Formats: sequence, C-alpha cells, structure tokens
Amino acid sequence: MLSQAFMTQLARLYPAQRLLTRPAQLATYESDALTAFHARPGAVVLPETEAEVIAAVRLCHQHAIPFVARGSGTSLSGGSLPIHDGLVIALNRLNRIVRLDPEQRLAVVQPGVINLSISQAAEPYGLTYAPDPSSQSVCTIGGNIAFNSGGAHCLKYGMTSNHILKLKVVLADGEVTTLGSDSLDGCGVGPDLVGLFVGSEGLFGIALEITVRLLPRPERYCTILAAYHDLETAGHAVAAVVASGLLPGAIEMMDRLAIQAAEAAVHANYPAGAAALLIVELEGEANQVDEELAALRPIIAASGAYEVRLAQDAEERARIWKGRKGAFSAVGRLSPDYVVQDGVVPRSHLGPALKEIQRLSAHYQLSVANVFHAGDGNLHPLILYNGQEPGALERAEALAGEILDMCIQLGGSITGEHGVGMEKRAHLPRMFEAVDLAVMRDIRRQIDPLEVANRGKMFPEGEAPAQRRHGLHPLEAQGIISRM
Amino acid sequence: MPIEQPTTPADVPPIVQTAAQVRVRGAGSKPALSTWDETVTVVDCSRLSGILAYKPEEYVFSAYAGTPAAEAAAALAQHGQHLPFDPLLIAQGATLGGTVAANLSGSGRYRYGGVRDFILGVRFVDGAGRLARAGGQVVKNAAGFDLPKFFVGSLGRYGILVEVAFKVFPRPPAYTTLLASYGDLGHALSAALRLGATPFDMEGLDIEGVGSEEGGVAARLAIRLGGLSEALPARLARLATYLSAHTPVVAMQRLTQREAEEGYWAAVNGCHWVPAGQTLVKVPLAAGQVLAFDRRLGTNRRRYSAGGHIAWVAAPDALSLQPVLEEMQLVGLPLTGATGEIVGRRSGLALAQRVKQALDPAGKFGPV
Repeated sequence: MLSQAFMTQLARLYPAQRLLTRPAQLATYESDALTAFHARPGAVVLPETEAEVIAAVRLCHQHAIPFVARGSGTSLSGGSLPIHDGLVIALNRLNRIVRLDPEQRLAVVQPGVINLSISQAAEPYGLTYAPDPSSQSVCTIGGNIAFNSGGAHCLKYGMTSNHILKLKVVLADGEVTTLGSDSLDGCGVGPDLVGLFVGSEGLFGIALEITVRLLPRPERYCTILAAYHDLETAGHAVAAVVASGLLPGAIEMMDRLAIQAAEAAVHANYPAGAAALLIVELEGEANQVDEELAALRPIIAASGAYEVRLAQDAEERARIWKGRKGAFSAVGRLSPDYVVQDGVVPRSHLGPALKEIQRLSAHYQLSVANVFHAGDGNLHPLILYNGQEPGALERAEALAGEILDMCIQLGGSITGEHGVGMEKRAHLPRMFEAVDLAVMRDIRRQIDPLEVANRGKMFPEGEAPAQRRHGLHPLEAQGIISRM
Repeated sequence: MPIEQPTTPADVPPIVQTAAQVRVRGAGSKPALSTWDETVTVVDCSRLSGILAYKPEEYVFSAYAGTPAAEAAAALAQHGQHLPFDPLLIAQGATLGGTVAANLSGSGRYRYGGVRDFILGVRFVDGAGRLARAGGQVVKNAAGFDLPKFFVGSLGRYGILVEVAFKVFPRPPAYTTLLASYGDLGHALSAALRLGATPFDMEGLDIEGVGSEEGGVAARLAIRLGGLSEALPARLARLATYLSAHTPVVAMQRLTQREAEEGYWAAVNGCHWVPAGQTLVKVPLAAGQVLAFDRRLGTNRRRYSAGGHIAWVAAPDALSLQPVLEEMQLVGLPLTGATGEIVGRRSGLALAQRVKQALDPAGKFGPV
C-alpha cells in the first residue's frame, strides 16, 4: 500500500482523471510483453508535461517509493513490469514531436512518441529514423532509450544508442540534466553520458526530451529471399555473405515453424516447404547497390538454396518484411503462450547453436520457433508452451536458461536488444564476474541511492551464484509478483 | 615523477592502490593530454600492447589498450577490414586506449559513426584498483550498463583502460574523392547540409576553411566515396553533376589515383595541416553553429569534419579560444601543445560526478 502522505501529495500534483488507483484501472498496467509475470502497482499517473514527470520522480525519491516509467509496455524482458505497490509513470501522453529539423537532420521528441512515427514525420524530407524494432509501430522512443532497442538493420547502422544525440533526463533523485549535444559527436569532450544512459533499463531515471539523428532514406533497396531445405545450409550462406566483404543492411533468418506461423498470419507468400528462409537486404546508392547485387547473386546461387527471389518492387519487399516482423505475434497463433529469447552467439557458431536449440527442444518436449538477426548472431528462439499445463512454464524457462548458458559458453551475450529486465537477471552473474557487477551496482547507487528507479530489474537478487530456475520465481515466492 | 610500465592488466591495480595520484598515457601522441607535473605517478601503457583476439568472420577484435592503432589497422587490412571512424594521429603512434579515452574519430566518422559506435567492450582498473570488465566481444550486446561507451572521451579520469574490443567493418575495396571549392564558407556549408539529406553514400564529408581567399576560393568540401570500383566512376560523375546543378561550386578536383587519394586523407587524419608549435583543439558543434563559430575565429587554421559536426582549430594556445567557446557555449579539447585543460563550457556534469563517485571517489585520476 502506498502511504496516505504520498498519495495526498500525488493527488495535489495530478488531477483525479490522470491518477489511477482503482483495481480495474490498474489491471492494464500489471504486465508488459513478458506476459508470464504481472504485479499490481499502487498507482499509475499519466503526466502531460515534463514538469509533472519531474514532480512525480521527486516525490518518489522523497518518500522512497519505487517507480517504473512505462511507454507502450512492449518490453520482452519484463523491463516495464510494475513494482508491487510502486508507482507507474505512464508517458504515453508525452507524445509530441517537438521539432523536426530536416536541414540539420535531427528530431526532438518526447518519450511517449511511437518509434515509427518519427520516420513517418521525416519521410517527406527523404529522411528516416534508422532503428526499427519489430514492435516499431507501437513501441515508444522512451522505452527504446531505456533498453537500447535494436531491430533488423543493426549490423550496418547500430542500435538505438548510435542514433541519439542529446537527452534531457530527470535522474532518479529528481535532478534534471542534459546529456550530449546537437553535434553528431555528442558529448564530444568528457565521457559519453548519452551512451551510458541509453540501455540503463530505467535504473538511472527518465528521459524527458530526446534528440535523435535522422538518416537519408536509401535510394535503392534490393531484398533477396532464399529458401533452404535445412538450417545448416542457410547458416553457411550467412557465413558466405559475410565473407564476401559486402555489408548488407540486414541479414535475417527464420526456421520452418516461424515461416509456417508467419505464412498463416500474414500470407507473406514465402516459398512452400522451406526449412529455413534467409533475407538479405542491400541498400544504398543505386549504382552501388546494383553492383553489390551483381556480387551477391552468385554467392546466393552457390549457397544451396532451392528457391531465390528478388523483390521486384516496394510492395514485394514490404510483404517479405511483414512476414518477418510479424513472426513473433504470428507464433502466438500456434501456441497459447511463448517465451522469446534474445541471446547472441558469434555468428560463425550459428549452425551449432541452432542444432543445440533443436536438441533442447526435443529434450524438453517443447516446440521452438527461430526468428533471428543472422547478421548479428542475435537469436530469437520462441519457446512455445501452454501455461494451463502444470509445469510447462517452468520447463520453458529451464529451456530458455540452457539456451542462454550456451550463448555465454560460445562467447556471446544473454541479450542482444531486449535487455536484462526482469527475465534474465539470474543470468547476468554468468556473463559477468562479481567485481564487474559490483562496479555497475556502485554506479547505480551513486545515481539512485534509494534504488527507486525501476527497482528489481537487471541486477540479480543478492549474490547467490545459483538462482532457481525451476519452481517459483523468487519474487513470486514472496508474493510480490504473480503469474497470469 | 614515477613512471610505471605495466605489461599485463594485473600489473595495474597495485600501482593504482599504492599511488596517491595516477595519470595514464599511451604513446604520448596527444601531449596536451599526457603531460603532468612531477607529483603524479604515470602509468605508461605503451608496453601493455598487442592484439588479443581477432575474428575477421565475426567483425570483432580485442587488444590491450596500449596497442598502436596502426598495428590494429594493419592486421585488419590483411582481411580487408577497418575501423571505419578513422582513428586520429595513427602515424604519430596513437594507441587504441588513447583513441577511446580522448574520443578521437577522423573523417570516416561521417558515415557509420565514431569511436562510440564501434566500441564493444572494455576492461579497466578503477580508482579502488578493481579490475573489471563491461560490454562484450560480439557485435550486438545489451547486457549491463554500457560502460564501454561511457569510457569514450573519459580522458583517463574514471579508470585506466587495459583492454578494448571493437566492431569492425569490411573496408570498401576502392575509394575516390571529390574536392569542391566555394567562394565562401556559407556556400560550402549549405552544400554539405544539402548533400547530407541526399542518398549519396559518403564515407567522409569535410569542410576545409582555406582561411584567406585564394583565387576567390574560401572553403572547400572534401567528399569521399567508397565501394565497389565498378560503380565508383558513375557515382563520382553523378555527385559532380549534382554539385554543379544545385550548389554554387567554383571548381572541382577529382582524386581518383589511389596514392593521391589515400595520401590526402592520411594527411587529414594525421593533422598535417596544423602549423608546427600550435595547439590543435577539437570542438564538437552542430553544423548549424559552424558559421557563427567560424566568424568569431581569427586567422586560426581550421577544418570541419563529419559534415560540420566537429571543428578542428589550430591556436597558439588553447586558452586563446576560451572567449569564443564561452560565448558560443561550446567546449574544446586541446590535443597537442602544452596545456591539457578543457576550455569552454561543459555539460552533463551532474551525471558524470555521480559516476566519478562510484569509480574514483578519492579523485586519484584527477578531476571529473
């Protein structure tokens, strides 16, 4: 329960219609895209101005009340899962594009602005905002900042962090500061504070105003779709493309289950019977892309694909991407529940990694669909389970944990773009030594001594080397969070 | 002044733990950032050198922080790869650690980003002597705080880098450069901004301030194209046609011979244009500020890289730029010359101070 004193002061800051406390109102905010968990916040506020956000943060700091900033709630790692009896600061109404400057190629936006709407606003000027997470039509830029979101085009253009010039932020203790500058060289002198803030998973504070850089839209896209009878051959094709010295804008793969799901959901018209699909997209200046295509074609032709298609127009390209980007939700049609993993392996290990995932899938008797950014070695196994079946979620989590262990053993990472959040906290100590985590914790505590900002995310509880992966989640055991 | 020369990362923590004041240097290619008084202990990382792992097929390599950037570049070149941001002062011996700590990207920064956009992982020793790691060794990683980026520009004031890991890219098989002259800086800058919004893929877009008007020319754009050699002639011709049609270009010169082309950019990224004895100061700014900033400069030699987002100014001493920088609310980092004090106005210190408290509360590595 939030204290009477806190609630009284909160009610002075927010009118009743933007201060939600009734259970029916709070239910909407109990979960995010990691649907396996939910927790009921004590209250939700809907700020309409920066000043209201700052006031709420200061009040939380003063009363030591934990808060979670939330955009569209699309976090796949439970990053925007509320804190039981804490405050949710929902930023959706701060959704203005404050300024778009085509000459300087930048846009100044509020945190609740939807990712795709920046590119839409920039389109008349021939510009685009490059990071394109699959959820780009709903996810907010504030959430992208907190979790350093990726997308299909990270290999060439980097993640969210590579596209942020300046941030006005309120730190967890209520201090407001500006990081970076309008210069492409950002901070330029002194440590890269924008770089530190982006991807800090909401543990440092809230971004109030964001300056993003825009890029010219590529003149030409060439999107090739290649179908394979087995995953391993497709994996070799990725290696061949990489070895060619070309730098495609995207190299993506899907396996049989993901293809079937995408086909059923959006009728992408993918080649029938494929065990693996490879999408390679070249983009850039027309002359250059034409020559690159001439170099790429023989590589794909020799890669063992049984069908190769080149998108003939924008419509066909859009259809190919629609299937790929819609694959997550499409898999939802195959199974009542699923867990999405986000591990990274060195891409030369893609073949063995996929084989191991198949073995684990058989061992745990759970279907796994694979959709992934092959160019980055960023896997997205979707582990399908039925939450109604006793023990199924625990088996899914155990399988997910083994995949993450494999990623670490291969020298990769437990997360490429979804963040650690709630979901992978237990795995962070397997990737980093105790001293590495101690340094990160010290930074967190200097910025947020009361740990009010997104408390409980990223860091493992305590230093226990072996977190339980079976049975109840530790917070669940304490009755703090529960499952749907 | 005690000088320590660690040869392994494990040598560094005891030095930090026993010394009262510690400063770090690599090859000393930026004397303004590596010259101190007698009271400090200097950790000279030039022997903490060597590539640790390089996997061309993964686009990643890691190395000790004292590794010369030139050594890394040579290893990458054998596999047709490079660090696209063009580490600065490479011929002067600049190390990878120094390149990160000083945040120095050359003209290649324009297309794919700077040091911050290619660093993947760091290993460092903090003020308490803790040897810690952050980031990773794969091209994509979102686990934990992004301390690798934080250390870009950190100037050795938060910790001593001992290892760094970078993402690399395939190097374009061929390059060509167009030098386009304009009657004044305003015309050159407008042309650069205009080009920036077109789909021309440019590896570099620099603006040279010629200083005094020579033959009606006051500024020159240096535009670098890179890619498959088959496509370059057509791309270059198209670019020249565009500039003629849309900008008041006075003259154009094409650098198509490999030696001349590469020599031009090597001289730029080696800062050969800086007059002997002068201090080179780096000033990040927005392209929209270039004209106002330039008007306030005197006869200083200068150059603008990354499409007008970084000014490089030569000055008798860095402090002479203080009034201009204060007035424009900009900040300057001196690289060569005697003084290493940051000039002008800094921002974001509230967050920097907090991290300093976490990593170096005793201030062993100097001020924030």
